[in-house]
Amino acid sequence: MKESLRALTRSQAWRSIFRHGLPLSNRTRAEAVFYNFFLHVHPAKVRKRSVKFTYTWGLGGLSAGLFIVLVLTGALLMLYYRPSVQQAYGDMKDLQFVVSSGQFLRNMHRWAAHAMVAIVFLHMLRVFYTGSYRPPKEFNWVIGVILFVFTVLLSYTGYLLPWDQLAYWGISVGTNMVRSVPFGLGERISYLLLGGNIVGENALVRFYVLHCFVLPVAAMVLMGIHFWRVRKDGGV
Amino acid sequence: MHGMLNSYGGGLMNADFRAEKNSDAKAVPKRIAFMKGRTSARVRKEEEEMVMTVPHLVVREVIAFMLMVIALALLSLFFNAPLEWIANPEHTPNPAKAPWYFLGLQELLHYFPPIVAGVVLPALAVVALIVIPYFRINVKRENLWEQDRRQKLILVLAVAGVLSIVLLLYNVYAMLIPTVIVAAVMVTPAFLRQSGGVLGWLGSRPLSWWIMTWFVIMVIVLTAIGTLFRGPEWSWTWPWKEIY
Repeated sequence: MKESLRALTRSQAWRSIFRHGLPLSNRTRAEAVFYNFFLHVHPAKVRKRSVKFTYTWGLGGLSAGLFIVLVLTGALLMLYYRPSVQQAYGDMKDLQFVVSSGQFLRNMHRWAAHAMVAIVFLHMLRVFYTGSYRPPKEFNWVIGVILFVFTVLLSYTGYLLPWDQLAYWGISVGTNMVRSVPFGLGERISYLLLGGNIVGENALVRFYVLHCFVLPVAAMVLMGIHFWRVRKDGGV
Repeated sequence: MHGMLNSYGGGLMNADFRAEKNSDAKAVPKRIAFMKGRTSARVRKEEEEMVMTVPHLVVREVIAFMLMVIALALLSLFFNAPLEWIANPEHTPNPAKAPWYFLGLQELLHYFPPIVAGVVLPALAVVALIVIPYFRINVKRENLWEQDRRQKLILVLAVAGVLSIVLLLYNVYAMLIPTVIVAAVMVTPAFLRQSGGVLGWLGSRPLSWWIMTWFVIMVIVLTAIGTLFRGPEWSWTWPWKEIY
C-alpha cells in the first residue's frame, strides 16, 4: 500500500499536477504551499500565535467559506429557477415539493446568506478592535468595508427572487428609501434598479442578473485583492 | 537640527521618515531615523515561534469549514426558509418589513424624515467606516484623559449633549438611552482616575474605540427593535404577540 502510494506520487502524471511530493518533510510542506494555486495565499510558515483560533476567531476564513457554500448552492438553485413573474414563485414551490432535496438546498442558501451578513460584520468588528486596520493595512480595511456593503447587496438582491409577499414588500420598502435621495437622483437610481417605476418583471430580471452575476464577480475580484493584501502585509 | 535634516532632502522610504542621505560611511558613520508622532512605532519581533502552514494552519481551516457546513446543514434540516404567498401588489402586509439587516434603518425611518434615515445616516456610517484608518487619533494608544482633561471633557459632554437634545426632540428614546449610557461610561474614568481594573481599562480606550462601540450598540439596538418589537403601523409590539 505504502509502496504503491509512493510510486503514484513519484509518477510523472502526479508530479505534473502537484509539483511536489507528499508533505512529509518541512521542505515538501513548504513546497505544498507555494506550488499550489489555492494555498499560495498563505506563507509557507506562519507565526504560532496567529494559528490560535482566538487570534482571528476564523471570521474572515468563515466569511470566505460561506461565500463558497453560497456559490455552490446558488448554482444548483439556478438550475430550477426562472426569473420571471409567471414562473418564479411556481419554481419556488417546485423546489419545496418536487425537486429532491430542493427545500434543503434553498434552506442552506438562505441561512448561509443570513450568516454571511452577520459573520462579515463580526469580522469587521474583530479587525477594528484588534487595531488591524492600522498602516500599512488602511486600504485593505476600505476594501473590506466595500466587501461588507457588497455582502448586504448580494443578500438583498437575492431577497426579491422568490417573488413571495416577503420578497415583494421587502424590496418595495428598500427602493422607496432609495427614492428619497435628493436632487431627483433617487428617482433615477430607483428607476435604473427596477427597470421601471414599480417592482415588476424588469426588476426581477435586473435583481437576478445583479445577484447571480454582477455582484458575485465583483465581490470575487475584491476578495482576491483583499486576501492578496492581507498576505503582503504579513497576515495569515 | 531638524530643519537641517529636512533640507537635505530625505524621504528615502516614506513621507513619515526623513533621513540624511550620504553614501560616504566615513563622513556619516551613524544613521539616525527620526520618527514623527504620526508614525506608529511597530516593533519588529525577531525569532517568533513559527509553524509550517501545511499541516498546522490548513488542517485547522479545513476543520473550521467542515464544522460550519455541518452547522448549516443541521440548521437547514430543522428550519425551513420562509416562503409566503405569491407577491401581490394589491395587498400590503402590515407592517411591511425589509430584511433584518435593514430593519435598523427602517426603525430610523420611523423617527426621522426619509432623506435623513434612508440616505444621510447610512451614507455617513459607510463614510465614517471607510475613513477610520486615516484618522490617526488612536495610534499612540495613550490614556484618553491623561492630557487636556478639562478640554476633552467639555468637548465630549458638549457633543453627547447636543446629540441627546436632537434625539430627545425627535423622541428617539431607543437611541437616546444607549447614547447617554455610553457617554456616562466614557467620562467616568475622567473623574475617578484609576490605573487598574475596569475603570483603568475604560480610561485607556481611544476616542475611535468609543465612537465604534457607540455605533455598534446603536446598530444592535435599532436592528433588534425593528426586528422583534415592531408590529402593525410600526407600533411597539412584544415579540410574543402574533403580528400576522
